[in-house]
Amino acid sequence: MNVAVAKVESDSTTFNIEAIRREFPILNEASEKNSVHFLDSGASAQKPDYVLKKMDEMYRTGYANVHRGAYTLSQLATDAYEGARKTVATFLNAESVDEIIFTRSATGAINLVAGSFGRAFLEKGDEIIISEMEHHANIVPWQLLGEATGSKLKVVPVDQDGNISIDTFQSMLTNKTKLVAVTHMSNVLGTIVPVRQIVELAHANGTAVMIDGAQGVVHSKVDVQELGADFYVFTGHKLYGPSGVGVLYGKKELLNKMPPYEGGGDMIEIVTFEKSTYRDAPTKFEAGTPPIVESVGLAAAIEYIENIGQDNIEIHEDNLLKFATSELQKIPGLSIFGLSERKAGIISFNVEGIHSHDLSTILDSRGVSIRAGHHCAQPLMKKMGVEATARASLGLYNNKEDIVALAEGIKFAKEILT
Amino acid sequence: MSVDDLRELYQEVILDHNKNPRNYGELSDASYTADGNNPLCGDRLTVYLKLDDNELVNEVAFTGKGCAISIASASMMTTVVKGKTVKQVNDLFDKFHKLCTGESDEAELDEFEDEIAKLRVMSGVRQFPMRVKCATLSWHAVEAAINKKDTATTE
Repeated sequence: MNVAVAKVESDSTTFNIEAIRREFPILNEASEKNSVHFLDSGASAQKPDYVLKKMDEMYRTGYANVHRGAYTLSQLATDAYEGARKTVATFLNAESVDEIIFTRSATGAINLVAGSFGRAFLEKGDEIIISEMEHHANIVPWQLLGEATGSKLKVVPVDQDGNISIDTFQSMLTNKTKLVAVTHMSNVLGTIVPVRQIVELAHANGTAVMIDGAQGVVHSKVDVQELGADFYVFTGHKLYGPSGVGVLYGKKELLNKMPPYEGGGDMIEIVTFEKSTYRDAPTKFEAGTPPIVESVGLAAAIEYIENIGQDNIEIHEDNLLKFATSELQKIPGLSIFGLSERKAGIISFNVEGIHSHDLSTILDSRGVSIRAGHHCAQPLMKKMGVEATARASLGLYNNKEDIVALAEGIKFAKEILT
Repeated sequence: MSVDDLRELYQEVILDHNKNPRNYGELSDASYTADGNNPLCGDRLTVYLKLDDNELVNEVAFTGKGCAISIASASMMTTVVKGKTVKQVNDLFDKFHKLCTGESDEAELDEFEDEIAKLRVMSGVRQFPMRVKCATLSWHAVEAAINKKDTATTE
């Protein structure tokens, strides 16, 4: 593979952060005017040259619509698009390439599960279990489903450290529980949820499981066969790929039982005005022109991180998270939300007497980008007793200088505001 | 954006209003109340108004939580709308909005010279387009309350 990444060994000390940073144009171009300390990768990550070039190259030399034309360009585009599906399937260790559906986003993938699996198989009185630390994208689709089918939502509480109790979860499973939909990793607290255990318990109860991997897939290696989940969703843009593409992994036998979600071109076998018949998964769920170049861009992003090594990235981010946690904890009046033993690259915090928006504006003046607000998790904010938090989230390109700039910026904000 | 812009945004007056907001609390006998929501950040304020027989704002108060800009702006808002007619409050809101977005020129603001002189400290948000909604949240709410709507959002 042709990625200009400095060769890295499995030891984090040889993880060449400076070489990696040079591969992200935004970190270099913007830094000519201003220092860039980008600490909002949890919202959307920056893109390496490798991804940008692959997408640009496809538009310039190999672009046409897929699955349609009997001409060379269409064949090239179809090969690239289906090749991207294969890359994703291998990345997740799916049993079959047909288990990978490209969607517009992780949100799109969850809505597909709700709209197809949910509407077909859930009835009045059936229950869906989610956790208290879900993103709105893993709450609202189930509420809409409930309005349509009469199914109910049950919520596993989160404790002070940001963990859910497996015992409580188990006690909530009933013969009415048709689906468990939980996050792999909290976008607010950084907690890594014990999804393997959740899948085991749910399956023992005859319940299907959907994992929201929007954050989880970025920070840890996912093996869907080992995990055993029925559905796993994630998005491209948090994984150093483009926006506009998401992935739904679904077990083949389930996907084949599920009705189509959207109707349109490509997903059909034969259309007449009386009745249409549909193709098998994944095509059944990809109505209309899909995110062609975006899918290829996502595959490039996967190649990029696999070349660096997901283990190396994990070690780098873990070290940085520890450093950041200890630096922030030194600041008087700062409290961190989410101190699970099992967490990855996200720190939510508040500083006494300073609203996160004011903090964000002041940090921005020093080139530090963080997220402020409710992080699309208002129920969790309510549970923690706050309206908003500041959130720093790490990407593979962050370094200690970014963390020092954050800590210094917080001290500066205290000077300005008090 | 410079440190001077930041100091301009977070002037002493604003920090003071944030720490000691004026007219903070519920009005149990309010004629009108309205909530102001900023769905982007989750900030929420409630504005309470009492009108007298001549439709003048007799009392005004607010509750809620938010950033320094939204709280300070709400506090200042309560100090300037008291004693105004419904129309004057609407006009002031319009002028204040223009002040924050940089659309207004000085001459246009003459009608409420004293009020605008007070509110001008908020004009530092011009340099921070993402914060204009923080400054105008309470104004959207008071506009909703006085025009008998229940809620206002900044969207």
